[in-house]
Amino acid sequence: MTAGHISIVLDGTPTKVPAGSTLRETIARHIDRELDASSAPIDGGRLGVAVAVDGMVVPRGDWHDHLMVDGAAVDVVTATQGG
Amino acid sequence: MDDTVNIAGVELDSRLIMGTGGATSLATLEEALVASGTQVTTVAIRRYAAAGGNSVFAMLERLGVHALPNTAGCFTARDAVLTAQLAREALETEWIKLEVVADEDTLLPDPLELLTAADELVADGFSVFAYTNDDPILARRLEDVGVAAVMPAGAPIGTGLGILNPHNISMIAEAAHVPVVLDAGVGTASDAALAMELGCDAVLLASAVTRAHDAPLMARAMSAAVRAGRDAYRAGRIPRRSLARASSPAEGRIAVP
Repeated sequence: MTAGHISIVLDGTPTKVPAGSTLRETIARHIDRELDASSAPIDGGRLGVAVAVDGMVVPRGDWHDHLMVDGAAVDVVTATQGG
Repeated sequence: MDDTVNIAGVELDSRLIMGTGGATSLATLEEALVASGTQVTTVAIRRYAAAGGNSVFAMLERLGVHALPNTAGCFTARDAVLTAQLAREALETEWIKLEVVADEDTLLPDPLELLTAADELVADGFSVFAYTNDDPILARRLEDVGVAAVMPAGAPIGTGLGILNPHNISMIAEAAHVPVVLDAGVGTASDAALAMELGCDAVLLASAVTRAHDAPLMARAMSAAVRAGRDAYRAGRIPRRSLARASSPAEGRIAVP
């Protein structure tokens, strides 16, 4: 483990994030969009993603207060072609 | 002619629901969706990285089509419930097309897991569009737990075999007090027309269009077929007879001397 970083599994891929990162910061980096404190995109568009941590849905309103912990499995999902 | 259908509180002019699965490109998909005239389309819920970002969501936003997220790929009620909760959060909709299948080869619904998941999701406030077998009793049980629509398969997903048991589909449509949407199995336009003639309220299809040689043209064909089938159903077909019945008058026929 790199000093100052923790390891999480982000969308199935082992990923290092700075220790003390919030879920909101982690997701913003992953989807490459800036998010405000309520996790709404600052570009004005709809977010279109949802997040589960260790198999439990974390509502976007809680992302800001959700601190990443070492070993967490974070799944970020969106709509794709299907059905 | 005003013949809308109300599904889960939304009034729809089009009785064709086109799914987004199977298209070779987003551009072709968009063209087909527009040609189909659909106002609702299904989407799958997948990891952001695997989905290649947000492009499908953005396209539906642009087209103003209602997204109906599905739980495709779920084999247990537990997986389906989590997927539905993620879909609600991601797409900001209570609508969920509930698919809980038994195995990869048939992709047929697992009745027990399906009913369990439907019950849980209805209790959690979802409008459940239940993809089900062509079993009238299971359809009734799903309605009993409060699903918004019953969606029996005509044939297994992606087979294009049409409606294998028209009698059962007709029984489901006749008995239901919620909209019945024929879902899966449609191969060509006549299958979609038949579904409507049997009394279904709408048809949901994807592969029949997206995997056709000319997807937008097939989308147009499906749209026309659904309208034709619906009109025929409303018009009331003539009864089947075993012997011929002349439509020209018997009187005044010329007799050869």
